[in-house]
Amino acid sequence: MTIDAARGTPRGTVAEPPPELVQLLTPDGRRVEHPDYDAVFTAQEVRSLYRDLVIVRRLDEEALALARQGELAVWPSLRGQEAAQVGSARALLPGDMAFPSYREHGVAWCRGVDPVRELGSFRGINHAGWDPREHNLHLPTIVIGSQVLHATGYAMGVQRDGAEDAVIAYFGDGATSEGDVNEAFAWAAVQNAPIVFFCQNNQWAISEPTERQSRVPLHRRADGFGFPGVRVDGNDVLACLAVTARALDDARSGLGPTLVEAFTYRMGAHTTTDDPGRYRPRAEAEAWLLKDPVDRVKTHLLSSGAADEAFLAEVEAEAARIGTDMRTRCRELPDPDLDELWDNVYAAEHPLVEDERARFAAYLASFEDVPR
Amino acid sequence: MSAEDLSLSRAMNEGLRKAMEHDPRVLVMGEDVGRLGGVFRVTDGLQKDFGESRVIDTPLAESGIVGTAIGLALRGYRPVCEIQFDGFVFPAFNQITTQLAKMRLRSLGMLELPVVVRIPFGGGIGAAEHHGESPEAYFTHTGGLRVVACSNPSDAYTMIQQAISCPDPVILFEPKRRYWDRARVELDTSGAVPLGRAVVARPGRDVTLLAYGPTVRTCLEAAQADGNRSIEVVDLRSLSPLDEETVLASVRKTGRCVVVHEAPVFSGYGAELAARITERCFYDLQAPVLRVGGFSTPYPPSRLERHYLPDLDRVLDAVDQTMAW
Ligand SMILES: Cc1ncc(C[n+]2csc(CCOP(=O)(O)OP(=O)(O)O)c2C)c(N)n1
Ligand SMILES: [Mg+2]
Repeated sequence: MTIDAARGTPRGTVAEPPPELVQLLTPDGRRVEHPDYDAVFTAQEVRSLYRDLVIVRRLDEEALALARQGELAVWPSLRGQEAAQVGSARALLPGDMAFPSYREHGVAWCRGVDPVRELGSFRGINHAGWDPREHNLHLPTIVIGSQVLHATGYAMGVQRDGAEDAVIAYFGDGATSEGDVNEAFAWAAVQNAPIVFFCQNNQWAISEPTERQSRVPLHRRADGFGFPGVRVDGNDVLACLAVTARALDDARSGLGPTLVEAFTYRMGAHTTTDDPGRYRPRAEAEAWLLKDPVDRVKTHLLSSGAADEAFLAEVEAEAARIGTDMRTRCRELPDPDLDELWDNVYAAEHPLVEDERARFAAYLASFEDVPR
Repeated sequence: MSAEDLSLSRAMNEGLRKAMEHDPRVLVMGEDVGRLGGVFRVTDGLQKDFGESRVIDTPLAESGIVGTAIGLALRGYRPVCEIQFDGFVFPAFNQITTQLAKMRLRSLGMLELPVVVRIPFGGGIGAAEHHGESPEAYFTHTGGLRVVACSNPSDAYTMIQQAISCPDPVILFEPKRRYWDRARVELDTSGAVPLGRAVVARPGRDVTLLAYGPTVRTCLEAAQADGNRSIEVVDLRSLSPLDEETVLASVRKTGRCVVVHEAPVFSGYGAELAARITERCFYDLQAPVLRVGGFSTPYPPSRLERHYLPDLDRVLDAVDQTMAW
């Protein structure tokens, strides 16, 4: 038997071509031009993007600490992906709808969701629990890829309404292998749906590197479905904003879907229950540190004179205040009432559910006189 | 061969290793099963020892995991698929129920698909949504699948080997909150209980508790804690087929029966047990078969799961009820 020789190099394997990476801000903070994206950013805009990046990172650090202290059961850190999330979410208009996975804390922040609301599911007190229409951010989806079809259907609705809105679906590199994601690509293409598929290629799906999912750069998946795909430096907030804004505009003006691959890196563990030491070299994360999404904006702000040290300190202080506030309010989040187990399972009272509720209440009451 | 003190996870790992050593056509495939060794470490070290051709870190696609396993089996391999968590088996549900389960019959018995699908199941680990489900009844409802559940390290070690050598597809449910339970495991499996059989995990006279997977330990603890009644605990081990002989013998002896599982009671596996026991030994019963289990709701957030999961008190409350009937 020769099974160990089975894995050869398949025909058609593409050695990674020089990536067509859209970049507007280099890792060392230099503003560069790109022929397709002649975006102009005012100093005020860059400062405001920086503020979001710093706050989002701070909230993530606080949440990680809360998880370590047992206040949260688990936390999937977004560290390293701040620019991809802030850049793309800031490109959205209020009427646009976003469909996140579980790691889009930065998107939630930019959509105006109270950070504490996002902690509920990680604390184990609810399964999300906000009205997506309030901020046009749908509930996070854990079953990989499912939300990409929902986003596509939502976009078809927008299209049928004759509305001007666009839709964005967030998912990871691993998710691109799921049937649901590929079905969404097929649907959106033939329906010409007003949607942006925003894939954060953070190089890892838990322990599996992107090569386990694809032999071609992920943005090129779009070719086969018949819509454009673009790879953007996911650690460059300006490029992420410009590329997403263009893709949203295209969707709005009837040009159909775009796949954006934000090339970035998951700096931390998959979640607080994961140990990346088991599967990836430390040096890899260290190399990505040099491309940090927050630092490069800071360098740019200072070197271009768009901000001074006083501004940076002010942002840090504000982020710290928001972080502390989230931490305090997280600890105060009440445990759910028992009744929440049966509430909201159906629109109206349901005999089975009410029977279970009543029986369980009676069961609990039976302990009341028993010293325990 | 000797016995070793092993966790359930480790015992499963050793069983897999033994099966892979024994038959070069046994493959392991799933998300994160290679380098990482699986999120519960069940496949720890296997890729290192057996290579990437036999221990495959698959693309993130469950339909693909089971669908390609079917193809590999058609080509003579014996794939063992890992589904990372219970809540993620559903993308593969189509392949399992419409293809895996039916191939033998469709080929008039000329084809067989010795595929094992391992699914960590059940709650109680404080995890997020979709990580605490008990979907076994969806599978026992499908003819053509064998559905089994282990409850302890010894059974993990033997059942995985038996499942792999079984000519039918086997869905193996593993009690994830019991992965770190330890016990002495006899490494010589020659005298092991066959795959389709239940065992009396604790003999008793007054009432029979029927359980599988994580609730076996719950029932054993309840039986132990109860000083007044003599409680028999039957570990079903196999849900499809059901070992009626062992179950009925126990219920005939005690005359009372409580089924305990984490899955919702309504339309759950316990409903089949209750109906079957009632049909087969109606006149031996002193009380109707009672069921303790989850509610007819989505699995709750972790801070409510202690209410949802059967515990000692709920089991003993049902014992009280059946005794007082
Ligand atoms: C259908 C499904 N299968 C498996 C899982 C378990 N799981 C959770 S996250 C993850 C990896 C996801 O990787 P990627 O899509 O790259 O997103 P990232 O976590 O890197 O943001 C896996 C396998 C799941 N949540 N859903
Ligand atoms: Mg990823």
